[in-house]
Order: sequence, then C-alpha cells, then structure tokens
Amino acid sequence: MTELTCIVCPVGCRLKVDEENGYAVKGNTCKRGEVYGKNELQNPTRVLTTTVAIEGGTHGRCPVRTNGAIPKSKIFEAMDVLKKLRLTAPVRCGEVVLKNILGTGIDVIATRDM
Amino acid sequence: MYELAVIGGGPAGLAAAFSAYQNGLKKIVIVERDRELGGILNQCIHNGFGLHRFKEELSGPEYAHRYIEMLNDTSVEVKLDTMVIEITPDKKIYTTNPSGYEMIEAESIVLAMGCRERTRGAISIPGTRPSGVFTAGAAQRYLNMEGLMAGSRVVILGSGDIGLIMARRMTLEGAKVLACVELMPYSGGLNRNIVQCLHDYNIPLYLSHTVTEIRGTKRLEGITVAKVDENRRPIPGTEMNFECDTLLLSVGLIPENELTRAAGIDMDARTNGSRVYENMETSIGGVFACGNAVHVHDLVDYVSDESARAGAAAAEYVKGVRHKSDCALFENGYAVTYTVPQKLHKDTKAEKIDLFFRVNKVFGKSRIIVSSGDKEIAGFKRQFMVPGEMQHIILPVDKLREFDSIKISAEGEEK
Ligand code: SF4
Repeated sequence: MTELTCIVCPVGCRLKVDEENGYAVKGNTCKRGEVYGKNELQNPTRVLTTTVAIEGGTHGRCPVRTNGAIPKSKIFEAMDVLKKLRLTAPVRCGEVVLKNILGTGIDVIATRDM
Repeated sequence: MYELAVIGGGPAGLAAAFSAYQNGLKKIVIVERDRELGGILNQCIHNGFGLHRFKEELSGPEYAHRYIEMLNDTSVEVKLDTMVIEITPDKKIYTTNPSGYEMIEAESIVLAMGCRERTRGAISIPGTRPSGVFTAGAAQRYLNMEGLMAGSRVVILGSGDIGLIMARRMTLEGAKVLACVELMPYSGGLNRNIVQCLHDYNIPLYLSHTVTEIRGTKRLEGITVAKVDENRRPIPGTEMNFECDTLLLSVGLIPENELTRAAGIDMDARTNGSRVYENMETSIGGVFACGNAVHVHDLVDYVSDESARAGAAAAEYVKGVRHKSDCALFENGYAVTYTVPQKLHKDTKAEKIDLFFRVNKVFGKSRIIVSSGDKEIAGFKRQFMVPGEMQHIILPVDKLREFDSIKISAEGEEK
C-alpha cells in the first residue's frame, strides 16, 4: 500500500494505492485520481512546461509545454532538447514547435502568441 | 466619457471587462501599466490554470490568451504602458503614459490592480545586504520572460506556491535547489505543488524553520537556517548552514491598494484589500474591486469568477441600479482569518452569494458554521481545511436578509 497526493487538480486528494491488488486506488474523488494513482506507481508521467529562445519576439523567451504528459524519467533529457531549440517570431498560441519529443509521441506547443 | 474603466489588465481586469461587455456596456477601457495584457499570468508558464473555468489544464499565458482573444471581438479599448496615479471619488482617473498626462472619466470603475510580493524588508532577516536575495516572483519574471537565471545554488524561504513552482523551474534549468524553508508548521502552498515541485526533485522542505542569518558582501555566500519554537522564535543549537548564491523569498503577497486608499475607500485590515459587498462594490458607489487586489486567491479560476461578478455589477450600476444602504456584515468567527465579501446589500436581487474565507488552523474532519447570535443559519462539512487553501461556500440570500451581523466560524478536529 502506498500513500500518494493526487496532483491532477488543486483539490489534492490523498490516495491509497494497493500494489498487491492490481493497483486498486482508494481516496480519490474522481476518475482522474484513479488513473493518476495507477500510473504514478507504474509509469509516472508529467507535463513539462518551460521556455525556448525566440528571435524577434516581444520577449527573448517563448513559453512552451508538452501537449500531453511524458515519462518523468525523460524530463531532463527533454529540457536538453528544448535548450537547443530556436524559434523565430511570429509564433501562435497552440502552434507545434517540436513534434514527437524524444519519440514519446507527444508534441511541444507554444503557449502564447509572440 | 467611458461607461467603465478597469484598472489593471491581468486576469481580474480581463474578466471584469469581458463580463461588463457581455452585460451590455459598450464603452469600456482597460488601463494597464505593462506593455501587454495578461499580468502575472505571462510569467506563470507552468500548467494548472483553467481547470474550473475552461475544464482544461492550461499554462498561465494560455489562460490569458483565451481572455485576450475573447476581448478582441468586443469594443473594449486597451491603454497599455499607462500608469494610473490617482483615482478620485467622482471617478476621474489620472494617468501617465509615454505621450504624457491624461485624465480619463468613467461612470464606473473596477479596481483590478492585483498584488505585490512581500519583500525581505517586510520580514526583516538579520545579516548583510548582498545581491542574490530575490522575491520568487522577480526571479520568475527574469527567468521565464527574459531568460536570465537568478543564480545556481538556491534556497527558498517560504513555501507559497510561487516559491514551490520556482524550486522546480530553477532545478529544470540546471540550478541546485538545496532546500525550501517554511516558518509555519504547514506549507502555504497547494499540496499538489509540494509533490510535483519538491518531492519530484528530492528537494527537502523544512517546516517550522526560518533563515536567521544572511552572509556575503557583494554576492550572497551562505545562510543559516534554524528551527523555531511554537512562538516562531529560533531555537539555539538547531542551526544549519547552507552555501548558496541565491535566496528566493516566497513569503506572501499583499494586495496592491495605494490607489484605493488614496481615494478614501474603506479597507479591511485583515485582507489589505477594500471592504466589499456581495457584488464586489466598495464603499464608494460605482467603484468595484476584484481579484488579488481584494484578497489573495489560490486559483486564477476563482479570480475570473469574482471579477466577472464585479464587471456585471458595474454594468448594472451604469444602467441605474442603486442599492439601499441597509446591509448585513459578515464577521470572522473562530479560526476564520477574513471573509470576502465583508458586507451584503439586503436588497440584492441575487438569490445566492459566494463567500470566500481562510482558516488560520489546520483542520481534519470539520464544519463551517454560519450563524447570527446563537442561531445557526447554515453548516458545511469538510474533510480537511488548511490555511493555504481558500474556502468557498454558497449562501442563499433569503436566509441571510433578516440579520444585521452574520458570523462565519470553523470547528472540528484540529491538527
Ligand atoms: S482525485 Fe480527482 S478531485 Fe481529487 S485531486 Fe485527483 S483529480 Fe482532483
């Protein structure tokens, strides 16, 4: 049995996950908490948010995020990839700036117009 | 002459302006001192915004983008790079911008100036005065908007959400975050942020600890952290030294209300915001306030809701709706730090009102009690309540109208 805090939404339900019992989740208020509890002990994932360099924008950095969760173990590797990326303005909010990061099937999108 | 002038183009101002437009106002202006709309959301590049409002998990800039797009299709005017220097009770707004001094007149005003970070001076840490001590939000702006790192070995004082978010952010960018230090026995931030910002990166959280010394001449070289007793006094012999070049302060936010005070609007000493009615009207008729300028929120979604109410109320005011002075006052009962609103117009047409408050103790199974004298008006069950999380209850106005004073208190298992 492992105790976790669900991080899917700000309510922060306290979950109990039973590894010996098919990763059964207790303490969740909604379905998303169950999915989180199961994944967190088997294949934890996170959405990565960061910034990348941009030329010709209002600021020197453009905020970006993965448009889905990627394995937690790949976060730092993903940061290394994004450190090398250079964008040129204009960029639209929601535009894909990098496809399929590290072969995860997840794209990186800009999160503002610039 | 505008029907409505909104002071501040952050999440509160954007939502208030949009709601006033939806409620029929056409001549609306947003006055913003930065060179773009969005306010603090522009630097909050992490996700977690919009779950209530848009049923999606957005980053701060995306959340702002939604509102900016919504406003693009309206007649709302925006004055950027424009600083309001004075507001008068007769609703004249004095501003400066790069082309000079300008006076704006409006029939109604929404105050949406947001809040500011508490600084080192405000909490007076002993020691020298080297560079390398930043508020967490300033470091966040440098990093996320200018691409500048505040430093490479970091300690964070205070466990408010901005501090937690910056612990993760600086770690991702290659800094070593040595610790997060919190004076209180509980964190001031959301639990999910403790998990995903500290636990994920093995950053220790020291509760009931504080920084007792800052060392370094030019640049910060190190700090001393000590455990504190129940009276928040450092306990001798518990000192730990950290070698670090950066100390981030995440020690609270203060609503920004210089303009409000100067206009003579009634203030609440507990929130540092104006005292408001259920429709977010201040003590000056036709002047409304919303968002972090009224009280510091945990979630932008609630800022948007509250601000939409302020915008709608401003539209009613412009259309000639006036309230009688007869009102009920909300009082802080046991373990309740403040309530917003503080007052209720007894002649409001609203059937229900939203009431927000914070507790100053950690509760397990507990109840929120709404009462007047010894009569209980309503009760709400909670599984837990912590000071870091704002409480929200919805009250039926019909049950409140007969009382002049209504007390909000908490009771239950204290931790
Ligand atoms: S279980 Fe559902 S309600 Fe509870 S924190 Fe997770 S997502 Fe939020």
